[in-house]
Amino acid sequence: MSDKKIAVEVLSKSFVRNRTSMPVVDNVSFSVASGEFVAIVGPSGCGKSTLMNIIAGFERPDAGRVLIDGTPQTGPSKNGIVISQYGSVFPWLTVRENLMFGLEDENRGQTPKNKTGGSPQDRADHYAAMVGLKGFEKSYPHELSGGMLKRVELARALVVKPEILYMDEPFSALDALMNLRMRNELLRILAEERHTVLLITHDVEEAVHMANRIMVLGPRPTSIQATFEVPFAHPRKLSDPAVQALREEILGELGVET
Amino acid sequence: MRFLKQAAPALAVFIALIAIWWATVVITESAIFPTPLQVVTGAWELVQDGTLFEHIGASLMRVGVGFGLAVVIALPLGLWMGWVRGAYLTLNPLFQMLRPISPIAWIPIAILWFGVGDLSPIFLIFLSSVFPMIVQTVVGVHTIERRYLWAAANFGVSRTTLFRRVVIPAVLPQVIVGMRIGLGVAWLVVVAAEMIALRSGLGYLIMDSRNAGNRYDLVVAAMIIIGIIGLMLDGLMRLLEQLKSVRWRYVR
Repeated sequence: MSDKKIAVEVLSKSFVRNRTSMPVVDNVSFSVASGEFVAIVGPSGCGKSTLMNIIAGFERPDAGRVLIDGTPQTGPSKNGIVISQYGSVFPWLTVRENLMFGLEDENRGQTPKNKTGGSPQDRADHYAAMVGLKGFEKSYPHELSGGMLKRVELARALVVKPEILYMDEPFSALDALMNLRMRNELLRILAEERHTVLLITHDVEEAVHMANRIMVLGPRPTSIQATFEVPFAHPRKLSDPAVQALREEILGELGVET
Repeated sequence: MRFLKQAAPALAVFIALIAIWWATVVITESAIFPTPLQVVTGAWELVQDGTLFEHIGASLMRVGVGFGLAVVIALPLGLWMGWVRGAYLTLNPLFQMLRPISPIAWIPIAILWFGVGDLSPIFLIFLSSVFPMIVQTVVGVHTIERRYLWAAANFGVSRTTLFRRVVIPAVLPQVIVGMRIGLGVAWLVVVAAEMIALRSGLGYLIMDSRNAGNRYDLVVAAMIIIGIIGLMLDGLMRLLEQLKSVRWRYVR
């Protein structure tokens, strides 16, 4: 078995609009090691979300393939949970019911205790506490703030113990302060749970703050333009001159003068 | 106190309307159109001999059975049509064509098929309320946001869980809208259906009062009661909107 958790091999994808084929993703190849945090940054509308949807198994590529643990990706699965900008916390379920959603089919006909650690409700409540939602288990999403909703979504993903987290602009709908707070929360959780993370963002600072490696995508049809290693240990200080220099180098790669 | 302040304008309209009605009847010295007082005393007569509650009970029973049947048929059918594209393409044109036919137009056929008993109005109520509820349920399924279906697919849940936890709760607010429309139409139709050939119900009460000696006081009394019960039925449906699991649709 290779240590490549995710292997993306010469991926291409086009959309057909008004009878003309528009290439969106062009010849993208890269791999992500187990436990690695890789960020993909690129301009808005460059096709990063399409790339993410293909890797997570929601869309089919026109050419190329995606291997997860060496086996071809055939569709979405519990092994890799997507957390997106708009969120998908079910508004008709309480926080606890949302967290238990991914566990619904596991314990049917079994005794409430199983070897993966406690009843579904215990597991849900454990992760609710981990993301700071203790006391809100019975609340409905519309009673929560935007930041708390993100925590629900994160916890709902963590409960099913996925090996991969796919994060598509996860915190971009939050205000700057909450964005920063959620990044710190995520890093704290990752230190405990060790997931492989693929983050898609247009926020270079967010990528520099969290990732081990950053890939810069070009405009449509998108391909990898440059790759940067992020050698800084956590916790990172964003005001550190070395961190700032890397951030500016990446922004330069994106064509933004600082 | 605040409630009183809010209700005051509406109350004023009612009082003004009753005053104009009363004055008009007195001034024109109408021999046949009743004054508000005559309507109240007429209604009181019916309360005392118990026939009013028999008529109300008969109408409510027909609506209950007809509407209940429509709910039982419309919800599964609407879910199925919403979820399975083939079912939608097959059945939607037929329902869209049947829907604009007024239930009143079905009365001759209803009498032919079911006679003049309770079954005819029940059939008509069923017809009137089943289509709006099917349509609303289908719309509900078609407007479930993709991100929720993707999330369900991501967690790899079974079909049972998908329907129980995602599809049905997502559609529920639309279903309640459909039920409000359905019950509203059902109440309109029961009165019309009972006017044709029955011996009980509020619709019958109206026609019988007119035929049996021009008792227009009872005609007006029955009309007002129909309005009040219609309002109460809608209020009952609106209570469903208060359910915690559908409130998300109505807040924000």
